[in-house]
Amino acid sequence: MITAGRSSHRFRSRLSLAFLLIPPLAWLIVVYLGSLAVLLVSALWSTNSFTGAVVRTFTGDNIVRVLTDAVFRAATLRTVGIALAVTLICITLAVPLALYMAKVASPRVRLALVVAVTTPLWASYLVKAYAWRMLLSGQGPLAWVAGYTPGYGLVATVLTLTYLWLPYMVIPVFAAFERVPEDLIDASSDLGASGWTTLRTVMTPLVFPGIAAGSIFTFSLSMGDYIAVTIVGGKTQMLGNIIYGQLVTANNQPLAAALSLIPLFAIIGYLLAMRRTGALENV
Amino acid sequence: MLPDSIRRLTRAWTVLVIIFLYAPLLLVVVNAFNSSKTFAFPPSGFTLRWWSDAWSSSGMWRALGNSVVVGLCATAIALVLGTMAAFAVQRHRFFGRQAISFLVVLPITLPGIVTGIALNATFTSALGATLGLATVIIGHATFCMVIVFNNAQARLRRLGPRLEDASADLGASNWQTFRFVTFPMMRGAIVAGAILAFALSFDEIVVTTFTSGPTVQTLPIWIFGNLFRPNQAPVINVVAATLTLVAVIPVWLSQRFGGDPATTRA
Repeated sequence: MITAGRSSHRFRSRLSLAFLLIPPLAWLIVVYLGSLAVLLVSALWSTNSFTGAVVRTFTGDNIVRVLTDAVFRAATLRTVGIALAVTLICITLAVPLALYMAKVASPRVRLALVVAVTTPLWASYLVKAYAWRMLLSGQGPLAWVAGYTPGYGLVATVLTLTYLWLPYMVIPVFAAFERVPEDLIDASSDLGASGWTTLRTVMTPLVFPGIAAGSIFTFSLSMGDYIAVTIVGGKTQMLGNIIYGQLVTANNQPLAAALSLIPLFAIIGYLLAMRRTGALENV
Repeated sequence: MLPDSIRRLTRAWTVLVIIFLYAPLLLVVVNAFNSSKTFAFPPSGFTLRWWSDAWSSSGMWRALGNSVVVGLCATAIALVLGTMAAFAVQRHRFFGRQAISFLVVLPITLPGIVTGIALNATFTSALGATLGLATVIIGHATFCMVIVFNNAQARLRRLGPRLEDASADLGASNWQTFRFVTFPMMRGAIVAGAILAFALSFDEIVVTTFTSGPTVQTLPIWIFGNLFRPNQAPVINVVAATLTLVAVIPVWLSQRFGGDPATTRA
């Protein structure tokens, strides 16, 4: 009796698991993994040079072109450079702010700052990029106040992307600072370390996984972006613009698919590198 | 206690970063009332004219309607599927559980352009489907699911199984336990997830670009399409200011119903 009851309980538990798991899993596998598989496969297809229709025969031509074409290589290097610059500036802006929020500010100020940092995330992405277009324009407020504006180009792109992704850096770094025990800071200063030494030798190693976690967002969001650069980048082309151009303007879906493998692999590589720092548990 | 020099420096830095975060948003709101047609600075005068222009823009209203439909449908699908996945991962032990946790977060870790191109290739080249509202909803539901899943799963993990076990020990059926114990404790997290999912869908542009085809416009696609037209600039400015001002609604909602503002969006 008891074993029968237990096995029927087990059976029911498996049944409810299947009921819970199959619909979302089916959606993700069919829609998402299926699409990624199509993406990988379609990178090996080609287009008919007369009709532009996709030809489903396998060829490595697109991959070879992506790896050897000078324009694509320059755009790849530029995009990686922009993503790294954005990440570094976000770290520079976020670390002192997060330190202030977690270890200096009173609880009430801390809560206000958490709300202040996260609220811009709810504002529209396009509106924020557009705000920088207005800010940096020749007759805009920056030119009026400072008498100088970098105009639309590489600098504007880095600035705008930094602005867009900064909160994604602040939040994990703030969380990491908050987890540093107050005792550790006191112990360090009791043992004679100056504030800066404590910061460098005690807090930095503890906060690093938070910085790494934030950098995953800033890096991968920048790698795939093509909207902000269209709005403030002037003639600057990032990988995303080239992928978009191949798909929409040149109507070459297989080449666009092959090109989109670059950000895909760059980000997977970055994720694997950051996994060693324990960043993925901090995302 | 950190020394005064560090405290002062970080305070000054904080003030500067907060100005950096809010000055552009303030500018958007100011420019919606700037009477200059080129929006040169300083503003040449105050006007409400752009607001009535924007109000009578039929393209904007149609795009807004599409955005709301897409957001509601995608959120509804995501709520059901994301919550189910969270329960499966947090309340059952099975082979491949870790792999599923990883699979579920992929759609937000990979850039929109990869997801967009992948869905576009599937819908057009592989399935031969016509792009439209339905394909946009499918695309949005996929990443919205992740948001709902993350929120629900974090709450379930924090709650632990004890209260549910107690309920079962006291003779409640699975359904009763869910209805009277689990769901009331989960409600905040589910609402927060839904608000966030809707907000993300409402703001999404990249996946939408690749899944909407030429006939369907959501609000971001409409804004982007009109961004570079000088004669549309006043209307765009008003829409931009409105979107900036309504951004406080989800912040307020999730603070009121979801608790913890820090964890809802990150």
